[in-house]
Amino acid sequence: MTDADELRSLVRRLLDEHPPATTDRTDFLKARFDAGLAWVHYPVGLGGLDAPRALQAVVDAELAAAGAPDNDPRRIGIGLGMAAPTLLAHGSDEVKRRFLRPLWVGEEVWCQLFSEPGAGSDLAALGTRAVKDGDDWVIDGQKVWTSSAHVARWAILIARTDPDAPKHRGITYFVCDMTDPGVEVRPLRQITGEAEFNEVFLTGVRIPDAHRLGATGDGWRVAQTTLMNERVSIGGARIPREGGMIGKVATTWRDRPELRTHDLHRRLLDLWVDAEVARLTGERLRQQLVAGQPGPEGSAMKLGFARLNQAISGLEVELLGEEGLLYGDWTMRRPELVDFTGRDAGYRYLRSKGNSIEGGTTEVLLNIVAERVLGLPPEPRNDKDVAWKDLAR
Amino acid sequence: MTRSPNLLYSDTEDDLRAAVRALLADRAGHRAVLDRVESDSPYLPGVWTSLATDIGAAGLLVPEKLGGQGASHREAAVVLEELGRAVTPVPYLTSAVVAVEALLALVEDGAGEGGPAAELLAGVASGRTVAVLAVPLSAGPGAEARPGSTVTGVADAVAADVFLVPRADGLYAVPAGEAVVEPRTPLDLTRPLAAVTTREGNGTRLAGADAARAAVRRGLLAGAGLLASEQLGIAEWCLEETVRHTRERHQFNRPVGSFQSLKHRMAQLWLDLVGARAAARAAADALAVGGPDAPLAVAVAQAYCSKVAVRAAEECVQLHGGLGMTWEHPAHLALKRAKSDQIALGSAGAHQDAIAVLMDLPAPA
Repeated sequence: MTDADELRSLVRRLLDEHPPATTDRTDFLKARFDAGLAWVHYPVGLGGLDAPRALQAVVDAELAAAGAPDNDPRRIGIGLGMAAPTLLAHGSDEVKRRFLRPLWVGEEVWCQLFSEPGAGSDLAALGTRAVKDGDDWVIDGQKVWTSSAHVARWAILIARTDPDAPKHRGITYFVCDMTDPGVEVRPLRQITGEAEFNEVFLTGVRIPDAHRLGATGDGWRVAQTTLMNERVSIGGARIPREGGMIGKVATTWRDRPELRTHDLHRRLLDLWVDAEVARLTGERLRQQLVAGQPGPEGSAMKLGFARLNQAISGLEVELLGEEGLLYGDWTMRRPELVDFTGRDAGYRYLRSKGNSIEGGTTEVLLNIVAERVLGLPPEPRNDKDVAWKDLAR
Repeated sequence: MTRSPNLLYSDTEDDLRAAVRALLADRAGHRAVLDRVESDSPYLPGVWTSLATDIGAAGLLVPEKLGGQGASHREAAVVLEELGRAVTPVPYLTSAVVAVEALLALVEDGAGEGGPAAELLAGVASGRTVAVLAVPLSAGPGAEARPGSTVTGVADAVAADVFLVPRADGLYAVPAGEAVVEPRTPLDLTRPLAAVTTREGNGTRLAGADAARAAVRRGLLAGAGLLASEQLGIAEWCLEETVRHTRERHQFNRPVGSFQSLKHRMAQLWLDLVGARAAARAAADALAVGGPDAPLAVAVAQAYCSKVAVRAAEECVQLHGGLGMTWEHPAHLALKRAKSDQIALGSAGAHQDAIAVLMDLPAPA
């Protein structure tokens, strides 16, 4: 087993052999990957050292202190947070060797082709078809809410391979080449005026069978790896006191006494308390993970974060009074990074409406908490044992 | 950024919890509490001695050299979580937290080194003596003492051996035998209330006016902070009991807990509980460390946890249906305790006002 001191000496050797000041950024990142210091809990040869995950913090701190470049994780969040764990858990050795290094280094951006216009909360009802043709699969269908599709080189994709099976059992998981001529990406403009997301139309897209992850028909189970990691990555960041949206409103409150009313004061204090408690909840979750006692509190973070952001940004627009009647800019843009707290209050108010929809709606997550955390019985269902092709849509 | 509070439970704290839970399950179940709750004294015979002396819970906040266990607010908070879960009538919050903390302030201040305050503290820490600060249960850490010989709404006065009485010229220890205690009928029968009257000049003066004010404030701050853990315990029991009931109770040929409208309400309570646990742990840890962050951590925990406990108890009654309205089912014990706790040691609004001052978020001029 690798301990913290061994990791520090490996970091020192990396820095000696590839001094960040004189090494090309991508070359440095490749060398870091090859030294097993990319994600230390990954296997040897795939960017890791089979070390405990908690030790990654040691590596990150040493490298940050030495001024080494990082892989800009915000830009490649879907690759790191969702594609990589799925490739690791379900990919062949060849697939892992081909994809993980350029993914982690950031040479190849990934996107996620899961949601469809007819399959949102009920993702397992998806209708994009994959039909076997020799050694290839041929894909036809439409995906939606795909961030980074316009810059992505690869996608993780789930598609229907057996319409006669019940919906959860007829799905297969693939790696899709976004440069295939049958892939068309169109921006999807949202209520903020921007297009953070895309619609992706798939027409006769060919995927070699070697790019299938998991067995044919087992894609729903494979997708659970992806979705579990998505919920961990949304709302799990560590923030200082007043570090989130509440800090913006608190600053406005302090700087602009003319805007204060008694009603807004009570509501501000309510939300300030909720935001501070959410911060402490995140800190407690982090301490549990470090202590090796992960709890189900992660789903609480995502739910709380959505409600709080919406309430705080709503209060902020109201507090601004006349200025709250204005909006910064409705220009249609395609930002590369998602930004919840940037821009003006009106933008924050509108963007945060998505927080209770993306990554699982609040309603679905409450069901999950009720059933998996509290052990409450599921609602009776009539869709589990019916062939997908016979479902109402 | 200031130091991160330790928000987890240690193995020692888990062991203490197990000991307290076993004691209460054995000797102070809801049935036993309900059977005595309308008598002159709701306290269950022997439970206080077992908790305070045998387990040593009364002396957790007191250093060993002063006759205590040398533990901290973190451990006392765990005891209070369990007392909240079981809605146990014991003078723990009043004697082992508020009074102890006030006496500690005097002894550590040097005013009472080796004197009557230290002697009294050792007695309280051992569990032999029950001391109660003669202030209304509703008084929070920012409350101004009201002058006068009669104090209304004093919790656990009927259990007290000694009253700590704040007067204009200092803090006095008055033996219960020299005080007039007039019980009132409380909303929460498990925490008796009484008016306490003492005569000017009665008792022993423990400290002067300034030291007394600081001691009372420190006692009430610790009380408010650790009350959050009692509230957490109440909410936790209410949710567990509600989940258990709705899984078993069938209507319309299915468990009522399978209806989404009920599931979402219980899931929401669980989210509130997760937050309450973090807030209550943060307050206990801040009090244990004793740093400048403690007043804010306490105010946040009270502003949050008092609402969560009431909401959980109200949901517990509602989701139990008719059963929740009966005297026989213990849901009302939790509801009455939670509702009283909402007023105890400063309301949520009063704690929010404290936050407004501490965080520079002033009300309109």
